[in-house]
Amino acid sequence: MKKRNSYGSIALNAPYTVWSVIFIVVPLFIVAYYAFTDKSGAFTFDNILELGEYNDIFFTSIWYSVLATVIALLISYPFAYFLSRQSEKSRRLQMMLVMLPMWMNLLIRTYSWMNILERNGLINNLLGMVGIEPVKMIGTPGAVIFGMVYNYLPYMILPIYTVMSKIEPSLLEAAEDLGCNGINKLRRVIMPLSLPGVVSGITMVFVPSVSTFYISQKLGGGKIMLVGDAIERQMQSAYNYNLGASLSLVLMVMIIISMAIMNKFSDEEGGMVI
Amino acid sequence: MKTFGRIFNFCVYVLLYAPLLIMVFFSFNESKSTSVFTGFSLKWYQELFSKSDIIESLSNTLILAVLSSLIATVLGTVAAVGLYKMRSKFLYTTMNTVTNIPMMNPDIVTGVSLMLLFVFAGRLLGLSEYLSFTTLLISHVTFNLPYVILNVLPKLRQTDEHLYEAALDLGCTPIKSFFKVVFPAITPGIISGALMAFTLSLDDFVISYYTTGADFQTLPLKIFAMTKKTVKPDMYALSTLIFVTILVLLIVINIVQERSERKAKGEIR
Repeated sequence: MKKRNSYGSIALNAPYTVWSVIFIVVPLFIVAYYAFTDKSGAFTFDNILELGEYNDIFFTSIWYSVLATVIALLISYPFAYFLSRQSEKSRRLQMMLVMLPMWMNLLIRTYSWMNILERNGLINNLLGMVGIEPVKMIGTPGAVIFGMVYNYLPYMILPIYTVMSKIEPSLLEAAEDLGCNGINKLRRVIMPLSLPGVVSGITMVFVPSVSTFYISQKLGGGKIMLVGDAIERQMQSAYNYNLGASLSLVLMVMIIISMAIMNKFSDEEGGMVI
Repeated sequence: MKTFGRIFNFCVYVLLYAPLLIMVFFSFNESKSTSVFTGFSLKWYQELFSKSDIIESLSNTLILAVLSSLIATVLGTVAAVGLYKMRSKFLYTTMNTVTNIPMMNPDIVTGVSLMLLFVFAGRLLGLSEYLSFTTLLISHVTFNLPYVILNVLPKLRQTDEHLYEAALDLGCTPIKSFFKVVFPAITPGIISGALMAFTLSLDDFVISYYTTGADFQTLPLKIFAMTKKTVKPDMYALSTLIFVTILVLLIVINIVQERSERKAKGEIR
């Protein structure tokens, strides 16, 4: 009986194991292989050394994504708090309102913002009506960061809201009874309890922001280049797969490191609550 | 404080919905402009339906989403059962880590790594075209699998193992008792996993962008190509239709959920 069980276990696990080795594990090694070889397949460090020219791009990507993540957190935290204090019926409706824009494709949302912020766009048209000179918005870092905040805001709101809605109201009452005022209640009860949600929100905003290429292409007006744009250019137009692979490799390592740091802050796996 | 909260949250909703509402508004514009409204017209919708390539990419997207979510659901459910029954702690942790990779990695890295795999394999096999519908389908199944597994595993943990054993004692074969006892219990997990896989597949742009062949365009890829040039409001008309579809679907799902919850509550009482 036991023997049959273990045969059964092998039969059950075999398809997925084979699939994940071929299509998840092997591709990562192939990225590394391309990163350390030249076009003819000979071993080289050239692609890695060439990355020195991309220092600025890496720096810009990280800096913009950090700013976008912080702004998203500053908006989402109070939003999730206020939302979690409302009646259950209203909360259900509002959760749907938060999720609905997320279901629209990112390309459409970003493109729509581009039309609004353009030189001849809606905002400048409205400003023109009241006699204000057009403001240049597309092509500025602000527009790119704004695009990141806008597109990934629901990913910050949802995990924070989830943990906040689980905080027992009686805990807050107890804190009040023990003499906590508003700020202390927030600092000593709500903040520590909502930390796992914040941590997963941060990763869920930072990772797509730092690797985006469409947002920077459209809202950066072709002037702002991020890591994602550099990879896209190498893979889709310059066809230098080796350089593209080395850029991807560094991006991946960078994200693994930042996630390891983030995970230090959260004891539990509070993540992935969509 | 309460009014401040209401106002603050209202402002966030305005921000979230501004581009979507503006898009809907200008899709009915008479002129080509997407910033000056000149008059109401439905001509962009007419133009949209006269374009066969958009209809084709829409059907491509649906075919891909159905196929990839079906394959991922079957493969992922079997994998979840396998993982659940796994005795070795080491193997379990390893497989779990591997499962998390596509979810943790940014889409662009997943896309590039799969593309390089297909290019590498294509060169080895001497193919003329490295990327095709097959490679796209494989990629979609790959990024859908973890979501199916993560939806099914918790349901498996919730089922009572003794029921399965009882079915065995009553003379069921292991396979029969699985389908009679375990399967009905994990069905909600399988369905939500399949739905998640389906929507992720519908919405995916980045991974498809790197892994599809030249002859197979999905809707997000089509939109990407359309937004490379200056766009006429027909893109807005298309987006409005997508928006309305999603809105209706969400409302229906919400109503069904609420009803089943109410029913469940009623049964307990």
